[in-house]
Amino acid sequence: MSEKDIFVLGIETSCDETAAAIVKNGREIIANVVASQMESHQRFGGVVPEIASRHHVEQITLVLEETMRRANMDVNELDAIAVTEGPGLVGALLIGVNAAKALAFAHRIPLVGVHHIAGHIYANRLVQEMKFPLLALVVSGGHTELVYMKEHGMFEVIGETRDDAAGEAYDKVARALQLPYPGGPHIDRLAKEGKPIIDLPRAWLEEGSYDFSFSGLKSAVINTLHNAKQRGETLRPEDMAASFQASVVEVLVEKTMQAAAHYGVKQILLAGGVAANEGLRTQLREQMKRLPEVELVIPPLSLCTDNAAMIAAAGTVLLQQGKRASMALNANPSLLL
Amino acid sequence: MKVLAIDTSTFVMGIAVVDGQVVKGEIITNLKKNHSIRVMPAIESLLQECDMSPKEIERIVVAKGPGSYTGVRIGVTIAKTLAWTLGISLVGVSSLEAMAASAKYFQGLIVPLMDARRGQIYTGLYKAEGGNIQSIVADQVILATDWANELKAYDEPILLVGNDSSLHEASFIQTLNRAVQVASFTLHNPRPSELAWLGMHREPEDIHTFVPNYIRLAEAEANWLARQQERTEC
Ligand SMILES: [Zn+2]
Repeated sequence: MSEKDIFVLGIETSCDETAAAIVKNGREIIANVVASQMESHQRFGGVVPEIASRHHVEQITLVLEETMRRANMDVNELDAIAVTEGPGLVGALLIGVNAAKALAFAHRIPLVGVHHIAGHIYANRLVQEMKFPLLALVVSGGHTELVYMKEHGMFEVIGETRDDAAGEAYDKVARALQLPYPGGPHIDRLAKEGKPIIDLPRAWLEEGSYDFSFSGLKSAVINTLHNAKQRGETLRPEDMAASFQASVVEVLVEKTMQAAAHYGVKQILLAGGVAANEGLRTQLREQMKRLPEVELVIPPLSLCTDNAAMIAAAGTVLLQQGKRASMALNANPSLLL
Repeated sequence: MKVLAIDTSTFVMGIAVVDGQVVKGEIITNLKKNHSIRVMPAIESLLQECDMSPKEIERIVVAKGPGSYTGVRIGVTIAKTLAWTLGISLVGVSSLEAMAASAKYFQGLIVPLMDARRGQIYTGLYKAEGGNIQSIVADQVILATDWANELKAYDEPILLVGNDSSLHEASFIQTLNRAVQVASFTLHNPRPSELAWLGMHREPEDIHTFVPNYIRLAEAEANWLARQQERTEC
């Protein structure tokens, strides 16, 4: 028996990308459009919420139209609209949520609210089918989490950051090294040219904990730079980048390995913007040799950063599980997974 | 023409369905509640009451600001998306003009206003003529005291309209004496049917490029520009 194909339109506006995408059966990208505002925020050294919201209003229907055009589809042919309801910047989220509601209302199509992190995790399903139980390492500007999934749509956060997200630490250290915003890619690039010879701490926290902490590391970098300057020494930024990255990556990878072994997972998924980080990818691949039965899935760069295909992919599963949002769906900046 | 009008630029939420010369229904609330949660359910239930399907709507008229940035954006996002996906026309009307329209039979000048914090107001100057209203001074953000002084130049009677009038009426009464009146409180909530009426005969907007009229730059942008200015002056 062949089942009918399911087409879901995803909408994502939680931060500084206005994105829409259509995904077939939760696995196949039909169209994927992302309008980035990164350049508008660069001069402010970070995302300015009010400016992000203004850009989303400017872009939203253009992005929707481009998505439908590329898919060569009509909104009436869609089975559902999936939208990021949180977490994120509330004013930014509101644009996607209200556009999604208007579309669902106009065409009487089911509406599904999606958690942004669930989206990042499901980006992997656009590459490789999920095998449960699995463990997802989610690392981005706003998140550092280890999420255990026993089956579709079930998310258990087994570890999270107690202070800064990994991506946040990257941005702050990049600023200390006077690198342009956003700092992550610059540190990743510099790290390749340096050696991890500067002694920096690793925050393992208490025995058996899968939580993370990066604020101590960030302070250590700033202090080391400051002390060196006072002594009139110069540290090679390449070495500092490599040492910082080594510390972050070692903790992320080691805790992932321990959790994967402890929970007996079949798959490890990497998700979130920092998943684009070469140092992290390399180290994770290397350490996977310790768990030969476990499969590692890393999405292509374009699916690591914020996009709407991942929201459509997660939304498809939720739709199939019967989840529906009403016209009263709201943006929730601190939504829990 | 069947028009759906949406105004979410202040705490007042207004939705109207107007069919030709008939106002079929209006929903107006003045509550400190979340527009994002309430607007779409209100549109849904009003259309249902009017036995109208979304596909019968021929035009969307939206209050485009000034007002609460977030509030205006919610209305404008819904309006743009509906107009785009239904393939119908979209018209944006000043939120202050819609507010002034409630007083369109006043003999004199109409000053709609909204509080903009720190003594400032969003306001404009409108004149009623034969049941139509005309803009005399464009919408702006200005200190209420400064605006009161500028209004001394006009010798017609002046009417203040809007729920925030009570916050600022003292400045106007002090400066303008008896030339100024405050509208009855029952006229303060802008009526979405007036908004629909204002937008009914206007040229439609380009849906994709249509944006709210914020009047003000985002604070970060204004600060950044000020810093650039300082730098070039150095
Ligand atoms: Zn993200």
